[in-house]
Amino acid sequence: MSDCISPSDQALAQRLVALTEAGLPLVEDPWAWLAGELGLEVDETLALLQRLQAAGAIRRIAAVPNHYRLGYRHNGMTVWDVDDAEIERLGALIGAQPFVSHCYRRPRREGWSYNLFAMVHGRDAAAIEAYRNQIRALLGKACHGDEMLVSSRILKKTGLRIGALQRSA
Amino acid sequence: MHIDALSRRLIDCYQHGMPLCAEPYRAMAETLGCAESEVLACLERLQQGDGLSRIGPVFEHSRAGASTLVALAVPQARLERVAEWISAFPEVNHNYLREHRYNLWFVLTGPDRAHIDRLLAVIEAETGLKPLDLPMQNAFRIDLGFPLGDAR
Repeated sequence: MSDCISPSDQALAQRLVALTEAGLPLVEDPWAWLAGELGLEVDETLALLQRLQAAGAIRRIAAVPNHYRLGYRHNGMTVWDVDDAEIERLGALIGAQPFVSHCYRRPRREGWSYNLFAMVHGRDAAAIEAYRNQIRALLGKACHGDEMLVSSRILKKTGLRIGALQRSA
Repeated sequence: MHIDALSRRLIDCYQHGMPLCAEPYRAMAETLGCAESEVLACLERLQQGDGLSRIGPVFEHSRAGASTLVALAVPQARLERVAEWISAFPEVNHNYLREHRYNLWFVLTGPDRAHIDRLLAVIEAETGLKPLDLPMQNAFRIDLGFPLGDAR
C-alpha cells in the first residue's frame, strides 16, 4: 500500500483488510478479538493500526454511517468550471465546508469543462440546492459555470472488495 | 430508519475516529455519559437497521491500485440494460443514475491504470458510447462524513 510500510506490516494489513471488511464484531473488546485473530498482543495490534494510519494506508478507524439510511436521501454531485490558477486554493476552501463529503479536482475533457467536483448531501432537494448556492458564493468570479447532478437511483454501492479485485486481476 | 438522540451523538462523535484503546466502547460510553451496554445496543440497532455501514478501519484503497470516475451518456431506451451490465463488473463499486445528459456515473477500480484502460476500451466497444474518464487529480476532501446536526 505504501513505500513507507514495512513488508511485515504490509502482510498484516492484508489480513486486517479481510478481517475487518464487514466491520468489527460488537463485543466488549474488539481490539482483543482482532489481536487474537492476527496472533498478536493487544498493544501490538493497536500500534499496528496506528502505524498504518500514520502511513496513510488507513484513512480512519470509525463508526461509518450509512447516511442514506439515516434520512439523507438527496445527494448532489456539484461540478464547477474553476480557473486553473485558483483551483488549489478554492478546492481546499470548498473541501473544508462541513456539508461537503468529497471534493476532488478532475481533468477537463472535450465537451466537459468542469474541473472541481464536490458532493453534497441533504434530507430534501431544497437543502442541497442551498449548499450549491453557498459553494457558488465562495467560488465567486473564479467560477465560469456549474451544474448539479442529482442521483435518481443508486444501482450499486459496495465497499471495495479486495478479494474480488485480486480474482479479476 | 428512526435515529434516536444517542445514535445521533454517537455518529457525530465517532464517524471520524473511535478510541484506539482496550474496551473502546467503554471509553465511548464515558464520553457520551451512558453505559457501555447502551453504546453496544445502539451500535447493534444501527447496524441491524443498516444505519451504520460498519465500525472499524477504513482503508485507503486508491493507493493500492488505480481508480477513475466514469460517466456515460446512455440513450434512455438502453439505460436499464447498460446500467445492469456495468454494475456486474467486480471493478465497479459505485454506480449511480444521475439526471443529466451523462446519466450513468460509476467508479472503476483496478490493480493498475492499464487494467482501467482495458476496461474503458471494453465498455466503449460493447456499448458504442465514449466514456468520460475523470481520474482524481487532487483530493481536497475524502469522505470524512458530515455532521448529522439537530434532530428533526
